[in-house]
Amino acid sequence: MEIIKNFFKTFLLFELVKGMALTGRYFFARKITVQFPEEKTPQSFRFRGLHAQRRYANGEERCIGCKLCEAVCPALAIKIEVAEREDGTRRTTQYDIDLTKCIFCGFCEESCPVDAIVETRVFEYHGEKRGDLYYTKPMLLAVGDKYEQQIAKDRLTDSKYR
Amino acid sequence: MMEMLQPLLEFGQQLFGSAWLPVWTLVKIMAIVLPVMGSVAYLTLAERKVIGYMQIRIGPNRVGPFGLLQPIADGVKLLLKEIIIPTGSSKFLFVLAPIMALAPALAAWAVIPFGDGVVLADLNAGLLYLLAMTSLGVYGVIIAGWASNSKYAFIGAVRSAAQIVSYEIAMGFALVCVLMVSQSMNLGDIVHGQQGEQGILNWYLLPLFPMFLVYLIAGVAETNRAPFDMAEGESEIVAGFHVEYSGMTFALFFLAEYANMILIAFLTAIMFMGGWLNPFHGWPLLGVATDWIPSFVWLLGKVSFILLLFLWFRATFPRYRYDQLMRLGWKVFIPITIIWVVVIAVWMQTSLWVW
Repeated sequence: MEIIKNFFKTFLLFELVKGMALTGRYFFARKITVQFPEEKTPQSFRFRGLHAQRRYANGEERCIGCKLCEAVCPALAIKIEVAEREDGTRRTTQYDIDLTKCIFCGFCEESCPVDAIVETRVFEYHGEKRGDLYYTKPMLLAVGDKYEQQIAKDRLTDSKYR
Repeated sequence: MMEMLQPLLEFGQQLFGSAWLPVWTLVKIMAIVLPVMGSVAYLTLAERKVIGYMQIRIGPNRVGPFGLLQPIADGVKLLLKEIIIPTGSSKFLFVLAPIMALAPALAAWAVIPFGDGVVLADLNAGLLYLLAMTSLGVYGVIIAGWASNSKYAFIGAVRSAAQIVSYEIAMGFALVCVLMVSQSMNLGDIVHGQQGEQGILNWYLLPLFPMFLVYLIAGVAETNRAPFDMAEGESEIVAGFHVEYSGMTFALFFLAEYANMILIAFLTAIMFMGGWLNPFHGWPLLGVATDWIPSFVWLLGKVSFILLLFLWFRATFPRYRYDQLMRLGWKVFIPITIIWVVVIAVWMQTSLWVW
């Protein structure tokens, strides 16, 4: 009996009509597309986008050149050179992040003891030439200066959950 | 309509003399081919829109209002692209294949009646001509697959050839039923045979409903559309027979596929759904209320509905496995059609036959 029932169900295209009814219903459903440049999806304060190097309020750069981020980076995207500055502090002479290698895992941010390297919410950036996405220390510091307020606010929000 | 054209015809006769007949035929051909090309372009947009809507997206909407200029942008892009001819390919056949695919798809339009008597070539063997032309399309695919000298293209071409040949038989038998019922191979006469005072009840859709379904499904398979797009099968064999093609040569395959789709839709409308006839003709109230609508609008409406079904199928069904496809063609469709030919033959001899 079951076999006969199944036979007729298949033969009379019952299942196909059912499938088409489903897609037909969705034809009239409300569309969920986000029209990107005009509309944007909400962002988390933990969003991991473009990297930035931060400074203290007095303008001194945070990074002490401990190379933890370089060590933890799974994509080997960070390159650091360190030297002693005139005032005797340990500072980086070179701090490069190759964004084409970076996988945006956020480990560098996690490992940083002084919250110097962070990932901002910025994700709409591009490079026009080869090498444009190879970010050097001045570039990272500039990003940090530009978005410092947003960065500080996001770290504060996140601190409650740590 | 012919009376309105009379002055034009006389003027042309004076202007071109004996060369007028080919010139006038050329004009008529252009009057068919250009709208077909236009509808092909906008069918691609409609497809992307409909499938988008069924997947809760909105589809292309950036180029022009509602994305209406998208097909033109696509066309320009394909025109400007380089045509790459693979080193190991057979160059002549490689270029010939897209033409072989497109030419029959366009040639078949010659016998399609767009209204009462509005047809380029009023062939008495119109149905045979159509069968021949739709079958010729497979050569383009086979030659493309062979000339590309690529294993994916070759597998796609072989699949496509086997598929089209198998479904041709079921399609042919479905047409035999139409032939028996209408007693004519002239497409115009087939539509006239469905004329009557009961409107939709006079159509061949009713007595030949199983054949209608078989024809529609076989039509989807003939045009290599989803869920029978084994010839392309991008998840299995990259893009099948046109994997090596680029630019305009690729665009020609695209044009041929969509021109074939529209052709199948026209044929289904003409043979089963009363062509240009009003479905409510002769009905009380509704018949009077709809009889003023021009016949061409009815035909276009029916064709659009079938084209929507094509897109709907693609949005709904997953691709068939190859052996299942062959099983459906040989073990299901061909027996059904043969049985229905006999049923119709017997039915027509009884007094129960009213069509």
